Amino acid sequence: MLSDHTVSILIFAGIDVIMALSFYLPASAGQLSAGQGGFMALGAYTAAYLTVQHGTPFPLALAAGGLVGGLVGLAVGFPALRLRGLYLVLVTFGFGEMIRVLFLNAPAFGGPAGFAGIPPATTVWHVLGLLVVLLYFFTRLSGSRMGRAFAALRDDEAAAEAMGVNSTYVKLAAFAAGGVIAGLGGALYAHYTLFIDPEAFGVGRSLFVMLYAVFGGLASFWGAVAGAAILSILPELLRWVKDWREIFYGLLVLTMMLVRPQGLLDAALLARLFPRGERAAARG
Amino acid sequence: MPLLAVDGLSRSFGKLVVLSQLDLLVEAGGIHAIIGPNGAGKTTFFNLVTGALGPDVGHIRFDGSEIVDLPSYRRTALGICRTFQNIRLFGSMTVLDNVLLGLHCRTRGGLLTPLVGVPFRRPRAEVGARERAGEILELVGLAGTAARSAVELPYGQQRRLEIARALASAPKLLLLDEPSAGMNTQETIELEALIGEVNRRGVTILLIEHKMSLVMKLSRVVTVLNFGQKIAEGPPAAIQRDPRVIEAYLGSE
Repeated sequence: MLSDHTVSILIFAGIDVIMALSFYLPASAGQLSAGQGGFMALGAYTAAYLTVQHGTPFPLALAAGGLVGGLVGLAVGFPALRLRGLYLVLVTFGFGEMIRVLFLNAPAFGGPAGFAGIPPATTVWHVLGLLVVLLYFFTRLSGSRMGRAFAALRDDEAAAEAMGVNSTYVKLAAFAAGGVIAGLGGALYAHYTLFIDPEAFGVGRSLFVMLYAVFGGLASFWGAVAGAAILSILPELLRWVKDWREIFYGLLVLTMMLVRPQGLLDAALLARLFPRGERAAARG
Repeated sequence: MPLLAVDGLSRSFGKLVVLSQLDLLVEAGGIHAIIGPNGAGKTTFFNLVTGALGPDVGHIRFDGSEIVDLPSYRRTALGICRTFQNIRLFGSMTVLDNVLLGLHCRTRGGLLTPLVGVPFRRPRAEVGARERAGEILELVGLAGTAARSAVELPYGQQRRLEIARALASAPKLLLLDEPSAGMNTQETIELEALIGEVNRRGVTILLIEHKMSLVMKLSRVVTVLNFGQKIAEGPPAAIQRDPRVIEAYLGSE
């Protein structure tokens, strides 16, 4: 019923949304990561290695990809505890590059030639299924104890500590959860493209993931969803511009940052889309 | 036994000694005011008691146990909470969410909690937290403002919300840092009633305040700081007549 081309657009857009959410989660606690590509690589390589070398069933390999992303996210969270803003961005950027170079120099994972022969496993339903779970999670998170702790930490860390929030624990949890989501995204990606190489998860990937979320607006996870969906589907619809596509795309992002630096979905627009009562009800 | 016992507490920033060898006892159940000219070390003292800052030397015992090495959030769990002189509400959050955040250390729930429970129904713990937050908002007179953005509130109400947020953590000791700053006469009278009511409900209050009328009416004991040292302590009436205080504080105006 869906053409292969449409399926491919949906899967890549879905994975972009998953990645944007992996950036949004720590960002909602004030922790900006420029290394989500690194977590995606870990998930992709872990899951691909397991299915190729050990014949591990896909669901298990997927879970392992998320697990490794989460554990490394936890590890990255520790140095991040003492860093803020731009410094944190630089350290996570360095982490992403480190992971890329690591896989570049690992013969077991194909090195620069990449890792091929991954069995096709990811379907559009896997991607949509994970998205549904994530949207459910984020919807409920925003009205929960941890969701409020994230927001408080982003607004004013010292005040949050004074009100009883263990900022160390909350930051580590946010980084680890972001790593899990990115790891799952990577595992899904690997089992759709069937070939991965380190360059697919470099700086470019990390920056695009960040751009999706910022373009959509950081006031809510819906911003990350909208930003990633629009920015990854738009180039497909703009094929008629042909040679001008990249320029058109660049201008759109630039205009957005000039006109709505707070992103597509800001607090005011969200309040209009979801009036208080409905929003409270939606939170469950 | 005093609720808070501070012993030889000192803190300096570079060469500037902000607090020097301070001893202070806060009896349980009362309202204890700390006054002194600007730069006397009052807010630094609050920062040391709540753990926002560490002292150079000194001990802080709360409810019988040493807390000087505990991080801020653990002191909050033990029952110490504060308001800020320069209002520090969570700007992206609603009034209700600010109070709910105050309940953080009295509630449970981790990162995976959103995934468990009945879909589209608020978890029971969350329902309970919201009831409690509603009661606290009612107590401070902000019942109708729950859904508004915290920073949209008028100044006086933001100060009340700071108190509500701190009360949500169920403190035994509440530290109020100039709660009447920027309030008009009417608002100050209402604040006085609120502080009295909170105290009657069993919360010991440590109060930094510049409005002497408020200090005189509310407090049982007044400690006067000047240049980081305690220069006088006693009941408000005696403090008002103390020549050292008049010279250092009242005389400076």
